[in-house]
Amino acid sequence: MLEVFKGGVPVIPTLERWYEEFKLEGYGAMIPFIGIVRPDNGIEGLSFDLYLPMLNEWFKKWQNLNDCKITMAHSFGDVMVGETSFLCAVFTKHRTEGFKYLEEFVEDFKANAPIWKYDLKDGKRIFASDRAKELPGAGILSS
Amino acid sequence: MVKVEFLGPINKEAVEIDVKNLKELKEYLSNDEELKGWLENSAVAVNDKLVTSLDVELKDGDRVAVLPPVCGG
Repeated sequence: MLEVFKGGVPVIPTLERWYEEFKLEGYGAMIPFIGIVRPDNGIEGLSFDLYLPMLNEWFKKWQNLNDCKITMAHSFGDVMVGETSFLCAVFTKHRTEGFKYLEEFVEDFKANAPIWKYDLKDGKRIFASDRAKELPGAGILSS
Repeated sequence: MVKVEFLGPINKEAVEIDVKNLKELKEYLSNDEELKGWLENSAVAVNDKLVTSLDVELKDGDRVAVLPPVCGG
């Protein structure tokens, strides 16, 4: 399940909803990850663009695991310091494989999910190019 | 016609152009000063699938997306 929210993700209601939905499906571990916007470099917040058709496509491969269920939510638009822009939860039978999946999932998300981050600073929206990663095949249209 | 969209921070309106393959598209975009810095680090998707080679034919109605480096979370 992939959900998107305009502005910060409502953390507790979303986690509670996911917990209620999957608590009777035989998973002994639910491992949440809550990504909080830090006040680095004097920013007021972050802002995000996402490209939903390819985000959904990217997420598909994480929906077909035999031994794990993953849910995630992400923001678009502005998310202020202290709010949450990325929330996910990994459900597994035991915690050990859950922590492994969480790490793999977040790494893949950071490298491949079609989302663009901007710093909100002094009333401007500035692309966070220093934290961005090229997607596979980057540069093929360059001469 | 092929619709070309420029995603995220590129900040450029989509264009509809008559090209038969990605090589022709590369040629067409090479004249665009606005894109010069972006094409070096942007990936390309055809109908929402990433491609890693220019050997891709395009047909009427196809959609191409130019995707700059990503950073979610």
